[in-house]
Amino acid sequence: MGLWNSYVLRLARRRWRFRAFRKRRELKPVVNRTGIIGRHDILVFSTLRNERVRLPYFLQYYRDMGVNHFLFVDNDSDDGSREYLIEQSDCSVWTTKASYKRSRFGVDWLNWLQTRYGHNHWCLVVDPDEFLVYPFCDTRSIRALTDWLDASSIRSFGAMLLDMYPKGRLDAQPYREGTDPFEIANWFDSGNYTIQRNHRFGNLWIQGGPRARAFFPQEPERAPALNKIPLVKWHRHYTYTSSTHMLLPRGLNLVYDEWGGEKASGCLLHAKFLDTFTRKSAEELTRRQHYANSHEYRAYAAGLKDDPDLWCKWSEKYINWRQLEILGLMSKGNWA
Amino acid sequence: MSIGFIMLCHTALDRAAEVARHWAGRGYPVVLHVDRRVSKQGYARLTRLLADLDNVRFSARHRCEWGTWSLVAATQQASELMLREFAGVRHVYLASGSCLPLRPVEELEAYLAAHPRTDFIESVTTEDVGWTVGGIDVERFTLRFPFSWKKNRAAFDWYVSFQRRIKFKRRIPDGLVPHLGSQWWCLTRQTLSAILQDPDREAYDAYFKRVWIPDESYFQTLTRLYSTNIESRSLTLSKFDFQGKPHIFYDDHLQLLRRSDCFVARKIWAHADKLYDTFLHGTGAQQPKAEPNPGKIDRLFAKAVERRTRGRPGLYMQSRFPNENWENGRTCAPYSVFAGFTELFEDYETWLSKTTGSRVHGHLYAAKRVEFAGGETVYNGAMSDSAKLRDYNAQAFLTNLIWNTRGERQCFQFGPADTQYLGWFMALDQNAQISVISGAWAVPLFRSNLDFAAIRKEAARLQKIEGDFLNVLRSPYVKARIRIWTMAEFVESPMEPLQSIIDEINPRALRRLAEAPKMVDLTGFGQFLQNLKNQGMQPLLMGDFPVGDLPRSPGARRSRPYLVK
Repeated sequence: MGLWNSYVLRLARRRWRFRAFRKRRELKPVVNRTGIIGRHDILVFSTLRNERVRLPYFLQYYRDMGVNHFLFVDNDSDDGSREYLIEQSDCSVWTTKASYKRSRFGVDWLNWLQTRYGHNHWCLVVDPDEFLVYPFCDTRSIRALTDWLDASSIRSFGAMLLDMYPKGRLDAQPYREGTDPFEIANWFDSGNYTIQRNHRFGNLWIQGGPRARAFFPQEPERAPALNKIPLVKWHRHYTYTSSTHMLLPRGLNLVYDEWGGEKASGCLLHAKFLDTFTRKSAEELTRRQHYANSHEYRAYAAGLKDDPDLWCKWSEKYINWRQLEILGLMSKGNWA
Repeated sequence: MSIGFIMLCHTALDRAAEVARHWAGRGYPVVLHVDRRVSKQGYARLTRLLADLDNVRFSARHRCEWGTWSLVAATQQASELMLREFAGVRHVYLASGSCLPLRPVEELEAYLAAHPRTDFIESVTTEDVGWTVGGIDVERFTLRFPFSWKKNRAAFDWYVSFQRRIKFKRRIPDGLVPHLGSQWWCLTRQTLSAILQDPDREAYDAYFKRVWIPDESYFQTLTRLYSTNIESRSLTLSKFDFQGKPHIFYDDHLQLLRRSDCFVARKIWAHADKLYDTFLHGTGAQQPKAEPNPGKIDRLFAKAVERRTRGRPGLYMQSRFPNENWENGRTCAPYSVFAGFTELFEDYETWLSKTTGSRVHGHLYAAKRVEFAGGETVYNGAMSDSAKLRDYNAQAFLTNLIWNTRGERQCFQFGPADTQYLGWFMALDQNAQISVISGAWAVPLFRSNLDFAAIRKEAARLQKIEGDFLNVLRSPYVKARIRIWTMAEFVESPMEPLQSIIDEINPRALRRLAEAPKMVDLTGFGQFLQNLKNQGMQPLLMGDFPVGDLPRSPGARRSRPYLVK
């Protein structure tokens, strides 16, 4: 990459950081417990809107994994999410009524919070319906992973979004608070993903899965991106540019090996397709606060109307991370 | 009291204290060196933790930076302290703060008592080591390294290449033969004291201060001067990855470590509570005494290195996306591509599937939809039959299919009417077996009920596309196994080519082909080609079909084709 290009990207990064700095005004602290964050703590950052029913399991999942503190941006929830989070002793909460879209889908808000509180910490940026799975996650805490990444001088860890869905209609089994969503949505597509390289930012652009198969067979280029880099040893000069799909500086996007080897990577199990989904997509359709004019949600609404079953006979039933490793969806790299 | 332990501690001091207590509490003296970079409080806490033990000493602290002399200096001083303070020590064992004893220290003592004069130190000449990082082995001893490799890589690299260019070489002191090896050793008092009390030590030290990573070469080289009996291996189980940093052990390695029968392992994750509990405090069933045997662990880590450097062939995923020609196999398993066979034979797919036992698809790249075997709409790996999805990334479609069906050979039909993106990809793929009957696409046209003008136009189009495909297959860079026949050649003797294809798919099958697929009726095909010619088109790819002659239909009398009936 030429000098000119890196200069342009540097400017872009400055711009995003400045934007995040401006957007900080939109965030109103509800409860700020960041004082208790220790020097080596692992932090989770998340934006949410009306996810009350998911929160107990979400918090439990990441606490068990070894996350020390949660920082939430609540985008004007009215279902008690905020009140619930306030009671949690390891959560700090900000709230805003501002536009989700205008904050580039929450990226600006979280960029600011990460600049402020995430510097020199391992930061995991996930939505409340995303659950990180990494190699050996059944026997090793996330600190084992971050310690290993530190020792290997690796700053960022990729985890592809893996859409999970139930067998049968999405609304057949209601999700109950506090339960594991993957007891209901425990199927996934194992081998229909396509990858392209984004030469400008150096990241991979992954598409496919049940969403491309069921909702975008006629316009695959519009299928949602599945590549994510959620876990980063944050520096205040870093910035996410588009959701957690890519970052600047662009060296952080190089979570893949180009010379035939495999780097270590994980998966973000996506519990989007539960009974809550139909309601949510109807709501998002009217709010129009999502990417590309909520095109995705329009496609969902159209696709779900007549055939709400994402399951097919080649769907794979989720067992554990080793299964994902064998299927080639994630890799242990040289972590053994 | 025959073994003294030296521990070099940098981080996780509480764990180091636990291990030191384990040894010292059993009567084996321990000397700790604590990195100067550790805070005052941390150091104070460590000394407090071990204050009640009278056979624990702390040596003068050095600021330890990876790959520098400071580590050797720290070891030297700790060794001197050990030899001076504990006269009963026969062997000195160098360990680190993240080491963990796997077997009772009494067993180690018994083992060393059985080898009273042996120095356990990995010591290999520079010509024979393959593991050095950055390709610098003998040059460690002959170049200068004023810049830090970790902090100032660019300057380091530049200075190394500069010295290479001007052919700079340091003189190695007389009598020294450079040796390298793991820095974790166990030396006898005799050898160690000889090294430390050498009259030339000042000269040696001055030399090694400028050697790169002297902790892997100082003792390893000097031992060769004094030891009478070197066992060139380390008693510490320590594995390194492809970047030269040590692999780390976690709780889930417990069984592996147990069965390794090694005395000490490095490096243990500081939070691996189960490991520390089991090996330091557990009673542990007494196993029969065995020689250390880290074979299983070696294999585990060797596999990890292989995965990191070579990866799984044919896999494209989020953390493995090789540049072109670095795939180590474009696809993960052999597959067969057939062009022109379904056109020429009736029910060819069923026949092929029966004969070879492989999965036979139709035209996977057909324009309308993906023709998966059995007319499936979704296939292995939840691949969709949507042509749009497939064409969005035609290459990923193929690599995904082959990856998803590992263990079952895939065959599919291909032709000029299909999406053509993949010609080069398959031609350069050593897993591809491509068999082409050129010109066979004309048969469906011949049997169709179209206007002749339309047929002529379509024939010209298909001929052009197939011609391009054949040009690709005939390129000198091709890696696939390729067979091309003109249709005329093939019709003349179909059994031999079919047999050779089948043999290649299924090399162990002993049976000769008993049943041949049935060829379509080609009566009038020669005339059809002549008609095309008469309309001004030049059908080239079919070979020479005599006008009016009836091509022999297979299954009829086994006559030689050149015999006139």
